[in-house]
Amino acid sequence: MRRLVSALAIGLAAVLLPARADAHLVTTGLGPVYDGIGHLLASPEDLVPAIALALYAGLRGASGGRRALLLLPLAWLAGGLIGLRAPVTFPFPLGAVSFMVLGVLVATDLALPGGAVAALAVALGLAFGFENGAALAVAGGGARNLIGIAAALFVVVALVSAFVVALERPWKRIAVRVAGSWIAAVGLLLIGWSLRGAR
Amino acid sequence: MSRGARRSRAWPALLLLALAATPAHAHVEKGQAAGFLAGLHHPISGLDHVLAMVSVGLWGAQLGAPAVWLLPVTFPMVMACGGFLGLIGVPLPGVEIGIALSAILLGLMVALEARPPLGLAAGLVGIFAIFHGHAHGTELPPGQSGLTYSIGFVVATGLLHATGIAIGLVHRWRLGAIAIRVAGALVTAAGLVFLWRAVT
Repeated sequence: MRRLVSALAIGLAAVLLPARADAHLVTTGLGPVYDGIGHLLASPEDLVPAIALALYAGLRGASGGRRALLLLPLAWLAGGLIGLRAPVTFPFPLGAVSFMVLGVLVATDLALPGGAVAALAVALGLAFGFENGAALAVAGGGARNLIGIAAALFVVVALVSAFVVALERPWKRIAVRVAGSWIAAVGLLLIGWSLRGAR
Repeated sequence: MSRGARRSRAWPALLLLALAATPAHAHVEKGQAAGFLAGLHHPISGLDHVLAMVSVGLWGAQLGAPAVWLLPVTFPMVMACGGFLGLIGVPLPGVEIGIALSAILLGLMVALEARPPLGLAAGLVGIFAIFHGHAHGTELPPGQSGLTYSIGFVVATGLLHATGIAIGLVHRWRLGAIAIRVAGALVTAAGLVFLWRAVT
């Protein structure tokens, strides 16, 4: 039993071992706020989970969309400010897992309780914001980049969730769910890539 | 030193290891667009894949709702499972034979306008999707992004299904329904050629 506990502890420690924060730099030449906007739009690993959340929030109706619209950018900003002071990143493939979870939620159109969209938005925002902030800390960025990212998120979530809320014909909502299955499929492949160490 | 003392020293060391932060590291992303294009190109680079995936869409169109959207949802998800198995190194014997069989059987389903229970249809599509994913989901060209490659790969697969569904819209007309069944027979014939090549 003790050996098992020790093995589990070592395994947990290995999983929790913080990794280096990586960032790619988008320089627009228009200042850090625009650099932040450019970062989000040029980063599918950040953009796709945000779109997936907006799709799911839209499927949950206008109230879900409003929750995601407010909470995701704010949580992203808060997480980023924390990350600026702790330049480490999650030791597991956060992007891949979020692709999987959100993609499955969209594909199944699972009717979770009302607060679930809010909880998802806060969790996603804090986690991705933290990673962005940690990466920006070493890339010479700062809070103004995060403001740009949050502003871009606000626009993306507003457009996507409003688009989905406005869909009335059943087949159009099904098309959204098909997009969710694609996101989940990409997430599963990404987990495979992570385990293989391709990136 | 007693075992208890060794353990009492080991735990703080383990905790320290877990909490030890390594420096952050910035880099410039490379191969994003190339990865996407490579992924987009991969499913359409082989006729066996194209025919099987378009057949899924055709069959879905013949079966109507809910199969018309359930089958194209099933295929990418299970195909990703096949890709995942390939990525983590799980071997899958007879991949090329499986792909050829997918063209044969899916073409046959279209040609016969078969209407099995929905679960059976989804299961059939899912089994073959594993072979397609295993064969092509893992071939990332060096220096390109795994993320954008995967996005391109899944999008191309989905668009092939959508193409099949779009073609299948002619099913509402009698001549169109016949044309789709003929197309299914041609896919089966092509699948037999693929099978011949795979076993010889």
